Amino acid sequence: MRATVLVRPKPGILDPQGEAVETALEHLGFTVTGARVGKVIDLEVEAADPAAAKAQVEQMCERLLANPLIESYEIEVAG
Amino acid sequence: MAIPQPRIGVVTYPGSNDDHDALWALAALDAEAIPVWHEQHELPALDAVVLPGGFSYGDYLRCGAIARFSPATAAVREFADAGGLVLGICNGFQILCEAGLLPGSLLRNESLRFICRDVRLTVERDDLPFTTRCAPGQELVIPVKHGDGRWFAPPQLLAQLEANRQIVLRYAEPCNGSVDDVAGVCNERGNVMGLMPHPEHAVDPLLGSADGALILASLVEAARDRAVALA
Repeated sequence: MRATVLVRPKPGILDPQGEAVETALEHLGFTVTGARVGKVIDLEVEAADPAAAKAQVEQMCERLLANPLIESYEIEVAG
Repeated sequence: MAIPQPRIGVVTYPGSNDDHDALWALAALDAEAIPVWHEQHELPALDAVVLPGGFSYGDYLRCGAIARFSPATAAVREFADAGGLVLGICNGFQILCEAGLLPGSLLRNESLRFICRDVRLTVERDDLPFTTRCAPGQELVIPVKHGDGRWFAPPQLLAQLEANRQIVLRYAEPCNGSVDDVAGVCNERGNVMGLMPHPEHAVDPLLGSADGALILASLVEAARDRAVALA
């Protein structure tokens, strides 16, 4: 089963990468605010159903994929 | 009876690159410096452990996130839980934070630039096994070289660390955007410490500063006291 994990810097954490991207976009003539840079992790997991897959990936996030002090995560499972 | 030479291990992970400098500096300060490979499930008999700087596992995912699960890291955790002295330098500090042995986390430098230069540090605590050779409030000059050294803790955790006196070193002037200019912290028990600057690169005046030797010689001395106590 295909799962996608989105890892984001938590609100309130300074994200200089996001700020640099925002500045670069402004130089290109776009008006943007609040740019933040995170990560995407795509996975294939063995699971009986999407709920079981999500539970597994949640464990992965808690233990390795995200650092709860600085990052939040969101899991999408493609049924 | 001869004064025993304390045995201090230095763990090499794939991508560690300051392990040899750490081994050299510890030996120069009269410790028996012992290389430890990351796949070792058990540590040899040691009086202290150093996790060196470098780029373990290529800094993939987050700095230190993968080394945290190495067999040697599990052994270091057991060693620390039993009261053993553990010092993490740079990447070693990042690993200890990821492993939950030290508070906080290390993020990309505010400037997004890799910083490689001597910095001035203020010693906040001189009563730890890592700082007894320092004077209270002493200023040290020790180099940093890191891209991800911005130490962060949320306000509540920071207040708790301040109250527990777990902030050990601060940058004398802003360096990488660390919260409150924190450069080094310890655990509540005071037997585990991490710092971003590299004391092993500053143990001889020929290298520009010998202030790093104050930190490492404190550790060697504390490790020797333990070796004597056990002998």
